Amino acid sequence: MDVSYFLISLLNGLSVGLLLFMLASGLTLIFSMMGVLNFAHASFYMVGAYVAYTITQAIGFWWGLLLAPPIVGLMGAAFERYALRRVHKFGHVPELLITFGLSYLILELVGLIWGRQALNFLPPESLQGPLFTVVQLPEALQFAWGSPPEVCKTVAGAICTQFPSFRAFGMGVAVLMLVSVWLLLTRTRIGLVIQAALTHPDAVEALGHNVPRVLMLVFGGGTALAALAGVIGGALRVTEPSMALAVGAVVFAVIVIGGMGSLAGAFVASLALGVIDSFAVGSDSSLADIFKAVGLGITPDTFGYVVWSVKMSQVAAILPYLLLVLILIFRPKGLFGTREG
Amino acid sequence: MTALQQTGWADRFRHINTGRWMVWGGYALVMIAAPLLWKSSLSLTMLTQMGISIIACLAFNMLLGQGGMLSFGHAVYSGLGSFFAIHALNMASKGQITLPVSLVPLVAGGFGALFAVLLGFVTTKKAGTPFAMITLGVGELVAAMALMFPGFFGGEGGITGNRVQGQPFLGITYGPQIQLYYLIAIYTFICTALMFAFTRTPLGRMLNAVRDNPERVEFIGYNTQFVRYFAFIASGFFMGIAGGLAALNFEIVTAEVVGATRSGAYLLFTFLGGAVFFFGPIIGAVLLVLALVLLSELTQAWLLYLGLVFTFMVMFAPGGISSLIMMNLRVASFGKLRPLIGSYLALAGTAATVLLGAAVMIEMVYHLQLNEALGPVMKFMGASLNAKGFDTWFGACFVMLVGLVMFEMARRQFVKEWGRTQEEIERLIKQREAAT
Amino acid sequence: MNPAAEFALELRDVRKSFGKTEIIRGASLQVRPGERVAVIGPNGAGKSTLFNLISGRFGSTSGDILLHGEKLDGLKPYEINRKGLARSFQVSNLFVRLSVFENLRCAVLWSLNYKYSFWRFLADAKDANARAEEVMHMIKLDKRRDVLAMNLTYAEQRALEIGITIAGGASVILLDEPTAGMSRSETARFVNLIREITVGKTLLTVEHDMGVVFGLADKIAVLVYGEVIAFDTPEKVRANDRVKEAYLGSVLAEAQAAEAGH
Repeated sequence: MDVSYFLISLLNGLSVGLLLFMLASGLTLIFSMMGVLNFAHASFYMVGAYVAYTITQAIGFWWGLLLAPPIVGLMGAAFERYALRRVHKFGHVPELLITFGLSYLILELVGLIWGRQALNFLPPESLQGPLFTVVQLPEALQFAWGSPPEVCKTVAGAICTQFPSFRAFGMGVAVLMLVSVWLLLTRTRIGLVIQAALTHPDAVEALGHNVPRVLMLVFGGGTALAALAGVIGGALRVTEPSMALAVGAVVFAVIVIGGMGSLAGAFVASLALGVIDSFAVGSDSSLADIFKAVGLGITPDTFGYVVWSVKMSQVAAILPYLLLVLILIFRPKGLFGTREG
Repeated sequence: MTALQQTGWADRFRHINTGRWMVWGGYALVMIAAPLLWKSSLSLTMLTQMGISIIACLAFNMLLGQGGMLSFGHAVYSGLGSFFAIHALNMASKGQITLPVSLVPLVAGGFGALFAVLLGFVTTKKAGTPFAMITLGVGELVAAMALMFPGFFGGEGGITGNRVQGQPFLGITYGPQIQLYYLIAIYTFICTALMFAFTRTPLGRMLNAVRDNPERVEFIGYNTQFVRYFAFIASGFFMGIAGGLAALNFEIVTAEVVGATRSGAYLLFTFLGGAVFFFGPIIGAVLLVLALVLLSELTQAWLLYLGLVFTFMVMFAPGGISSLIMMNLRVASFGKLRPLIGSYLALAGTAATVLLGAAVMIEMVYHLQLNEALGPVMKFMGASLNAKGFDTWFGACFVMLVGLVMFEMARRQFVKEWGRTQEEIERLIKQREAAT
Repeated sequence: MNPAAEFALELRDVRKSFGKTEIIRGASLQVRPGERVAVIGPNGAGKSTLFNLISGRFGSTSGDILLHGEKLDGLKPYEINRKGLARSFQVSNLFVRLSVFENLRCAVLWSLNYKYSFWRFLADAKDANARAEEVMHMIKLDKRRDVLAMNLTYAEQRALEIGITIAGGASVILLDEPTAGMSRSETARFVNLIREITVGKTLLTVEHDMGVVFGLADKIAVLVYGEVIAFDTPEKVRANDRVKEAYLGSVLAEAQAAEAGH
């Protein structure tokens, strides 16, 4: 494998992983705080993308990036206040179900308001194009800012791989968000209250803090984070109604793999899945190739050839779920599992 | 919910033996007589699908209502059952195996159980929310695999089969839909009976115990995970049967039968019918078919309506329609239902008004968004409405808001009367207890 | 399991740490078959933790727990229960949506070998039904047979809690604060109930009410900071200096008053 390809794949994987983590972190915070898994979390991700798209068309991407998360956060807070709270007393299953119902509703409403076609949500002009190019010449490895340099076209055997600016921007936003949330939780007063209410809501309430309001804040905050991820994800990939389900299932797998309720686990699992996905998508090898390398000849007549010949790129989409099953067999608590459902 | 459960009234109802024979007899009678009452081919199609859905929803509720396990990926077992059924059917057509068509669903059931054995062990390692997430992941896994192996799953086009094959048995070829209907009816009746019987076995009862208090179960000698696992397998078996019947019915199986949408539908409608009582999923299954076949034809906004109904159900009536029925039956058994009828009518009337206003607006939005080419005028319940007209919007909005205000008033009145009725019933119960 | 073992329940230098905090610091105990032992100690001494260790809810960090001479290392709660140990909980842990009768019947199913069967009807399980009726009669909840557990009064729930614990016929019973939250009269009635239904069984009960302790127990084990500092007859424990120093103090006066009141 070429080094340049390896580096870029790694970076791509990290950027996808960070995007996943933006989602997984909001979900984990809500779960740790309220014990409810927000099935509609990916739906808020989708709404973030759509709202940002609309704002972008009107007044530009930067406003979209700035305004979409708070708007969606307000929606989330309103849902918590008027719907989720009412269901709290019925237990965890109805809580999960109401978020399930919400995901249905959001899907329909989004399709209704914006149509069911994919939207052309592009990054802003300033962030289009490559941030840097890794140039692999036959004898050396070079690095160039911006678009591929002349050398890519002139030297035979030069392999140049670009890394898009917007991806880098997305990674930057993710890291910034992480750091801010961490600082908020550990250094500010409200953050400490949230941390305390995570495990001892009654004690915190007895101390005079408005725990229901804190819960609403956390839910709104979590959905705002999802929306922020949506702004990036929508512009980076595709903005269409199916984006919620596509990303949602993976995020839930991430949560279980990392261990439900653990931010560190979600972080490791997100990055791991992102990187694995990135490398798998670009790989054409299959189990059959491995068998051949080891000396076992596999032909189309061998039993189960259909399974052995499946390429990694085809399997990439289900790797998260395969990992999920494996983790459950060998380490049911998840990587850093703490709290049970 | 608490009011109803307070006397274990539903339990006492079960002890009445004549009631039991009447209920099951009635059930059989309805299934036998239904196609004679509703003769159109559309009705027959729907009745056939209802039978299949009843088995599926009841099987789903073995986990949800009886075990407290919420599965987001249960279509996997019915779907895989469908695929194996259609392949078995084709193998029988080609003479590779001898298999009477009427036994194909049993083969499907076997495979449903087999996959439940394979996938269930890992799935049932956790409970509650993690369990739900795992079922989602496993569901996605299988659905994605369906697209990876077109040889078995038929890719985009799916796999077709022919149920009219082999020797006719007593003249039955399963060519006419009505013959298939009665086969499905027989399966539905037997499966319902078996699943009901399951609730009265040690495993069934321990499943309930696991639902109520999984930790305590361990301290009375049972391995909680095994209880869940075995129930999961039983559920998978019946899901497989439903899948097999579906394969016979449609004679084609495509990858979407294992998909998340179908799993979601089972969940939604079982919950709508009610997970608390055994017959709840039967109601849910009937609604499922009515919604998928009729409602989807009536309006393009049907998914939105469904989502709204479901969400409101979760908020206000988490026991589903069956629990609403039982609550009112209980009130009726104390002779206190008649005074409430007035309130119910008021509620129904005002709710209908709200629905009318909201429906008009929703339909107009859908019309504008999806039928732009047809112009702004749309038909709604026989009337022509201008979707772009200010007066139509104003009118609909006005109707809805007025309806909302009046509904709220009716609701408060109803809550008061319901509360009073419950208190009276409590008093009656205490009197009866004191007398014994 | 060795029914002829000298001790029904034995703890050998059992230790349990949660993270860095050591809750149980070398507890040792030998309970003979048929003995009634009350476990007392100040709040936070680790009494419930000890019960959790014995019944398998948590694993011990080190040390041995032996039931009828057999080690319970790392066994799951259901495995320990199948060997003849049952426990109740301080906060009633019932099957809330099942009736009183159903609760008790569930508790006997495993001991009568019904296991995971789905080919037999509960209605035909004569032995299970009979035993459930018997226990229901013992705990005096016959009149509430079909009431759902969530709708019982507090005292009724505590009674059902004990019923579930003894229904399976375990020979070693652990009761965690059975009379917690009860009034004087309810407590007195309850103590009689406990005495009746644990005839011939080995009983360990955590108690705060000294009247109950002195009325029910053959021996008292005093747990302080995770250690058993005394294990003897009530009189000897009352006279024990270490105990007096660590714990009894004001409670001693309360006990003497209770004694004087009889």
